[in-house]
Amino acid sequence: MVPARGPWRTALADLARDRTAVVSFAIFLLIVLACLLAPVYAHDIAHTDPFTSNVSGTTLVHGKTVPVLAPTTTGLGLGVTPIGPTWDVHHYFLGADNQGRDVMARLLYGGRNSLLIGISSALICCVIAALLGVISGYFGGVVDTVLNWLFDVIWAFPVYLLAISLSVVLLTNGLRLGPVSVGAGSIWLPVLIIAAVYVPYVARPVRAQVLALRGREFIHASIGVGGCDARILRRDVLPNVAPMVLVFLPLMTAINMLTESALSFLSVGVQPPNASWGTIINDGLGLLYTRPLVAIAPGLMIVITAVVLNLLGDSVRSALDPKARLRGAA
Amino acid sequence: MTRFVLRRLASTVLVLFTISVVTFLIFFATPGVDPAARIAGRNADPATLAQVRHTFGLDRPLPIRYLLMMDHLLIRHDLTSYVNRGTAVIPQILQAAPVTLSLVIGAAVIWMLLGVLFGTISAATRGTAVDPVMMVVGVVGVSVPTYWLGEVVNLVTQDKWHSGAFSWVPPLGYVSLTANPAEWALHLLFPWLTLAVLYAGIYARVLRGEILEALNEDYVRTARAKGLSERRVLVAHALRCSLIPIVALFGLDFGALVGGAALLNEVVFGLPGIGLLTYNSLQDLDLPVIMACVLYAAFFVVLANVLVDIVYAAIDPRVRRA
Repeated sequence: MVPARGPWRTALADLARDRTAVVSFAIFLLIVLACLLAPVYAHDIAHTDPFTSNVSGTTLVHGKTVPVLAPTTTGLGLGVTPIGPTWDVHHYFLGADNQGRDVMARLLYGGRNSLLIGISSALICCVIAALLGVISGYFGGVVDTVLNWLFDVIWAFPVYLLAISLSVVLLTNGLRLGPVSVGAGSIWLPVLIIAAVYVPYVARPVRAQVLALRGREFIHASIGVGGCDARILRRDVLPNVAPMVLVFLPLMTAINMLTESALSFLSVGVQPPNASWGTIINDGLGLLYTRPLVAIAPGLMIVITAVVLNLLGDSVRSALDPKARLRGAA
Repeated sequence: MTRFVLRRLASTVLVLFTISVVTFLIFFATPGVDPAARIAGRNADPATLAQVRHTFGLDRPLPIRYLLMMDHLLIRHDLTSYVNRGTAVIPQILQAAPVTLSLVIGAAVIWMLLGVLFGTISAATRGTAVDPVMMVVGVVGVSVPTYWLGEVVNLVTQDKWHSGAFSWVPPLGYVSLTANPAEWALHLLFPWLTLAVLYAGIYARVLRGEILEALNEDYVRTARAKGLSERRVLVAHALRCSLIPIVALFGLDFGALVGGAALLNEVVFGLPGIGLLTYNSLQDLDLPVIMACVLYAAFFVVLANVLVDIVYAAIDPRVRRA
């Protein structure tokens, strides 16, 4: 007799057969890879420094030397108009922003921060939420009451309001909380803030799941045969909660990335000289009517990344849900 | 049922109290954050700072300051802004509330119509090419940053094609419903659509999942066995039950939006609503206004939670005993 494949192997095989999942994952990897190669692009292909302004610089367009920032000719004639997209990967592919910095290079560097914040805050959020949700649901009693009340309080703040409040306060002096010390301009500040505000969104469903498991026969059986809490949590509860948290991971990454970009757009997220897709959109606002691509390009990157993460999340969900497989077969 | 409602209301008051304390602590007890420095301005000398601290009562103990602020806000209703001296906070909120309400109600009508339509059609056409296309549209709706979409809409309607197809679009801003209903709707049309995109996507996705789940239930099999048409089974049986979680979701989203969660939309479209008021007060660390706005927002979120719970308990008696 052939031993049955475990649920994880089955899910993985399902995912590998799911065309949407494979394509989404490939696009996501491509974006991550492109952003990781940002320094290579900036140093070896475009030969620019995306973090220092280049107000009086020149560049080559069709073999002719032109200034990166030209004096504005329309309207009042005040200010400067940065060079538009040249579609030449060596010279300002997507044009320059109002400080003469290469938008393409900034887009790749900004993507590193956006992805880093999205992924790491989703990981931190899911781990903390899973821990709190399991503790709250499994042990019940006073712990549950206190944690549940904590979730209620965070839940009652509109997410953006809480995130902006925390950012406004912490951006001035950074965060010092016991062993954790984060500088005011550090990108770990938005990571921690975003992770914290979304904890109830994951912890509540986890708690509900654990509460439901707590009443099931196999948990009663484990208690009956004298299993200790640690063993029951590890052998019976965790394997049933893990898929749920895994489904949340890509979805939370997408949501957290969108939140980061919104905070950065309101200039309370990633702080200069660091860039993220949100800060570049903010930089591009002043140029929206003359050089719209500065704001449109990072927005498109956010949309594409969030779409593939959401599609991936949907695929992971149906791969890990045995009921969905039955429905598909019926 | 009465006991259930009372218990929920009691926990609501507790949550609101905690939120007021937490907000107060975030802005007054975080080390390094000094409202006096903001009020006094850059490079103020220590004497001025001390003077400011004294005038605003910032030199008194934290609990006293909290109680004083709550007293002015909730009992005497005469709390004034730190930044715009003498400007009372409550009239500011009362002035901003209708703007937000106009934005949210219009958007809600659009997103509910689109969400239910897309979700139902998607579920009805499962297995054909229509369903995945509609669901990808839904995913894109969920994945677009609202503020960015708003900026792109502004770019198209206010600049690129403003002299052409969109010459009828008025400049950004708000006209009140009582002043001119037609202008009110015209000014709000694109903010409505932009805000509705995100929620229409979410609702269509959730509703489709719920309907597909419902189509496997026994009562649907019974309905089919009775010989009902597939359309009747879908609309009168599966859709009807699937709308219950949608109503709950709607309550929560609507509450949060009325409370100021449409902040990004208001910033992008220049609508002087609760969200914009909150955002400006946060930027200036104008604590009395922040406090009033956060409590206002939390009130609606908590109220929506309670209403949804009560509606659920009314529908499902098992919830009351939980």
